[in-house]
Amino acid sequence: MEVHGHFNYWIVVVLMMIGFYALIARGNLIKKIVGLNIFQASVFLLFISFGKVSGGSAPIIAEGIQAYSNPLPHVLILTAIVVGVATTALGLALVVRINEAYGTIEENEIAQMDSET
Amino acid sequence: MISQIPALQVVIPLIGAPLCIILRRGALPWLVALLVSWVALAMAATLLSQVADGTVISYAIGGWLAPLGIEYRVDVLNALMVLLVAGTSSIVLPFAYKSVAKEIPEDRHYLFYSGFLLMLTGLLGMAITGDAFNVFVFIEISSLSSYAMIAMGRDRRALSAAFTYLVMGTVGATFFLIGVGLIYAVTGTLNMADLAERLPPIHESRTVLAAFAFISVGILLKLALFPLHLWLPNAYTYAPSVVTAFLAATATKVALYLLLRFGYTVFGADFVFNIVPSSEVLLALALAGVVVASTVAIFQNDVKRLLAYSSVAQVGYIVLGISYANVTGLTASIVHIFNHAATKGALFLVMGCIAYAAGACRLESFAGLGKRMPLTMAAFVIGGLSLIGVPLTAGFVSKWYLVLGALEKGWWPVAVVILASSLLAAVYVWRVVEIAYFRDPPTDGPVLSDPPLALLAPTWILTGACVYFGIETSLSVGFSEQAARFLMGGS
Repeated sequence: MEVHGHFNYWIVVVLMMIGFYALIARGNLIKKIVGLNIFQASVFLLFISFGKVSGGSAPIIAEGIQAYSNPLPHVLILTAIVVGVATTALGLALVVRINEAYGTIEENEIAQMDSET
Repeated sequence: MISQIPALQVVIPLIGAPLCIILRRGALPWLVALLVSWVALAMAATLLSQVADGTVISYAIGGWLAPLGIEYRVDVLNALMVLLVAGTSSIVLPFAYKSVAKEIPEDRHYLFYSGFLLMLTGLLGMAITGDAFNVFVFIEISSLSSYAMIAMGRDRRALSAAFTYLVMGTVGATFFLIGVGLIYAVTGTLNMADLAERLPPIHESRTVLAAFAFISVGILLKLALFPLHLWLPNAYTYAPSVVTAFLAATATKVALYLLLRFGYTVFGADFVFNIVPSSEVLLALALAGVVVASTVAIFQNDVKRLLAYSSVAQVGYIVLGISYANVTGLTASIVHIFNHAATKGALFLVMGCIAYAAGACRLESFAGLGKRMPLTMAAFVIGGLSLIGVPLTAGFVSKWYLVLGALEKGWWPVAVVILASSLLAAVYVWRVVEIAYFRDPPTDGPVLSDPPLALLAPTWILTGACVYFGIETSLSVGFSEQAARFLMGGS
């Protein structure tokens, strides 16, 4: 098992699991959003790692450079980052409104208040 | 002009959304949304007439040719989906005017219609695009706007429902993105037609297997297959009536379309059914979903919630047809996508009518509605019969083909489960009907009556569709069978 060469992918997996765990195990809605963010960030890193060509330079045409890294995953991830920002913004806006309506942002307290009414 | 329709189909609703925000006064945003939606419907009908003979339209966005550029690819299957989405929104929007006026504060109306058009854009885009990454972008456009729309519900529980949906929906979309990234890493392309050619030689590769797992789990979360349905009941229950009707009829259906598209076109039936045991997994989950969700529906006290659980069960039927892996099963699934969209659309519009008159959809508030709101409840009864699958309704046609497909496979226990679960549907529909028709209305409450024509007409158009497609099947079954054969690789 080659560990060093797959360094990026190990980081991706570790980040993904941290984010996913926070998303599932944390009851605080803000922490869930943070978990979601880490989860998404790991996918961004995954895509960008795909684009790296060994020995490749930045994809800007210049003299004396033969190999370029693939710029397409970077472009895709720019779009995905925008989507991620929009999701975070909407999620936080919902948390603000939940806090106004329930007076708490703890999942179990909200569930309890919902079951009472 | 005609050749630009595939792009305009998505671009026009997209432009309509900010237009609603600019023209924020009075009924203008509603008019914009209605016009845009009707134009989209006309375009969808034109597209379907162009591809009805089996031709495939390929459109290169911005003139960048596939596989490098983004390609919009229209065949019979997604022309049908586009028609379904545009058609539903065209019927639901006339209903929206009065319903939204009652359910949403006036200073937010323009935001509502703007969000509605974004939802429409996203769903149309998901259906029409031929690029795997573009699908992700449109999934997020439709999902983000639907989270915001659900949060507009009157009950505060709409907020927590929207939050749960946001978390689960984003996880689903991100899983999908991981899968797309993995197939991009092994093939170097994102174009679906191109992927279909490059994937078969490397079907045994572990990366492709992982990609398939991520993509299918992501899509199954979006289409709410049991046990990934947890976001659905609350979201449908607390969203504004119009949003529920539109989402129930289209959002899960477009996700089902994606499942078919990725399963059959991108990965190929051979991979999905022979290399990966999809058939067994889908069969088990679909049957569990049908039985469990129908049973849970029986015990609900909020009729909107009851119908939401029934939606989970109906998604189970559609997935069941896919799991047969034969043309009859696939035809049944595609037919049921349409018939269930008409049925659930009609039933949730009935809920909108009742919410308009009574303010809530709790079971006890249905007492005596059979006499007080005869036209509304008649629509509920017809929709309910279609949900059960009684002959002469649309639901019967889909169940007929489902049972036929099961028998063709020799899976007679599956046919028994389908029939038994219809009885469960009969029980939950009957509970509502019994209270509405055989219980006296409360003497102290306000006297309710049928809502205005603006609400009844759209409801009855969809109810009429339930009956029409139950009697005249050449249109729905004909196109579905054509689409099924197209997917299975025949002509």
